[in-house]
Amino acid sequence: MTLMAHKADFKARGRYLLRDVSIAVEPGEVLAILGPNGAGKSTLLKVLAGELAPSGGKVFQNGRPLSTISALDLAQERAVMPQAASMTFPFTVFDVVALGRAPYRKLSTRQFDQKQVIRAIKLADITHLADRAYPALSGGEKQRVHLARALVQLWGMKDANQTHVASDGSISAARFLLLDEPTAGLDVAHQHAVLSLARREAKECGVGVLMILHDFNQVLSYADQVAVLSAGEVVAQGSVSDVMRPELLSSVFKSRIRSINDPAGGVVLISQSA
Amino acid sequence: MITVKKMVTALQMQLPVNRSVLFLVLLMIGLCAATVMSLGMGGVEISVRDVFVHLGQRIGIINVGIDAFDARILDSLRLPRIMRAIIIGAGLGLAGAVMQSLFRNPIADPGIIGVSASAALGAVSMIVAGHLILGGYYAAFGPYGVPVAAFGGAVLATVVISILSRQDGRTDAAIMLLIGVAINAIAFAGVGVFTYMADDAQLRSLTFWQMGALSGNGATDLPALILMVLGITYLIRLGTPLNLFLLGEAEARHLGVEVEHLKRRATVITALVVGAAVAVSGIIGFVGLVAPHLVRLATGPDNRYVLPASAMGGAIILTAADAMARIIVLPAELPIGLVTGIVGGPFFLGLLIVEKKRRRL
Repeated sequence: MTLMAHKADFKARGRYLLRDVSIAVEPGEVLAILGPNGAGKSTLLKVLAGELAPSGGKVFQNGRPLSTISALDLAQERAVMPQAASMTFPFTVFDVVALGRAPYRKLSTRQFDQKQVIRAIKLADITHLADRAYPALSGGEKQRVHLARALVQLWGMKDANQTHVASDGSISAARFLLLDEPTAGLDVAHQHAVLSLARREAKECGVGVLMILHDFNQVLSYADQVAVLSAGEVVAQGSVSDVMRPELLSSVFKSRIRSINDPAGGVVLISQSA
Repeated sequence: MITVKKMVTALQMQLPVNRSVLFLVLLMIGLCAATVMSLGMGGVEISVRDVFVHLGQRIGIINVGIDAFDARILDSLRLPRIMRAIIIGAGLGLAGAVMQSLFRNPIADPGIIGVSASAALGAVSMIVAGHLILGGYYAAFGPYGVPVAAFGGAVLATVVISILSRQDGRTDAAIMLLIGVAINAIAFAGVGVFTYMADDAQLRSLTFWQMGALSGNGATDLPALILMVLGITYLIRLGTPLNLFLLGEAEARHLGVEVEHLKRRATVITALVVGAAVAVSGIIGFVGLVAPHLVRLATGPDNRYVLPASAMGGAIILTAADAMARIIVLPAELPIGLVTGIVGGPFFLGLLIVEKKRRRL
């Protein structure tokens, strides 16, 4: 039960934006997507989210081809935190987060939705903004609103107390969370808050998480698997410790990247101008 | 609007109901009041009491009716006319609200993107050149020719706008709006050409299409009105999907909306409603723009309330405007489109100025 692309291509005007990409988001794991600008990271996320149909190859979510699943069924199994969502109409922050409950509007009750929304707002640290108009927020605040919206969608009909995957396997389909540069526009503290929230969803609730990141050290500390894209192709894929080697990264990013020992333990990757 | 808002707050303190629901109830009461008052107004004054007595007699609660002359005025003139005003006003208000969400732009309106103008172009071309286009069939087609042409114009404009704004299988809302503005200009130019070609008698009926009138065409209006009611019942339930649409098309899809499907359906049905409205009453501007804006002041942007409230608001506005049109220049009557323009334009401008001040940092 994964979200996977199998030999997926995406072509626009004869040019390959993605070529022969095979990748799998496993439940309970965090997969980071790394790559230079224009490598096709966002395109890959859109293909996995069903927003773009691959021009070749296939995408499967929980074993079913994506093209055969209705938008509503998809929405009940995966949530997306977009890079930037513009909205000019003055919805309050609370209302925007509550929109994340829309896929469950026929299954859920108002009280249950309300509870989930309040919990997500607290986790995303936007309680103090709940009554503010969304368009008036700063970029980083908007990001957190969308994180909260993605969380209430992801939680579905699961109760707050029930944080672990049921041992009897009663959760039939795995859930997925796709984050497009979730740290963009956030201050350092909130960057870590967002990434650890995503990681916690993976580790405690068995969610498959995919996130596009730019910071090597965030990949080191928050991801299990990593795929490096360059010019639309996967150039390296595997566990973080295997892939995050300075030689490989230096050649992909055309920049000198060194690994140095952190006195506090582990290593940090730093990039320097050549 | 501000007094309504105060009333809502005051009522809310006493009753534990959602404020927007309360606003909908108030609008409903307002619509009933406007209907009753409008029934009494016009060349022949009929008292509110008589109106109630007559309505009561019609539904069989009261045995004794009112003066036969007054009763005939109510039955054959005012009631049908006000029914038209309510349905058309509701259709236009709702169409405006739906389009604003669809284009994610608060200035979208069937008038602005050329749907109304194209409908008028259809009607005008049929009036002026109908006997050339249809030849021998013109007579057979009879009174349906003009409304059908108006309707066809609206649908054609919508189809052209949606085809032109499609690219790589998706529609860009901003481009769509601009294309609509261009279509609007083209349609108005077309209306101008036909106006230039028209003879005196034709000119007279052309004004009707350009300035609007609720006097109607008798039974031939019925198909269009039924179509509008059906369209309204479909559109009014799109609240949640359209809310998601406001987040962005990609986001709406992520949240389970079949985006292209919704966009196609909603645009086509909006065009049907607007086309039918123009077919019955000619171009009536501003209702589609003003009604949703006014109700948003009270309900906020949530389409689950904005859509029904816009429909009711549009109905109230048009009923009131129609009452004014009937009494301002007695014994004649003003074209309804003039009234909505003259009153609605400056009113909307004032609203925007207030809104601008509110947005000051």
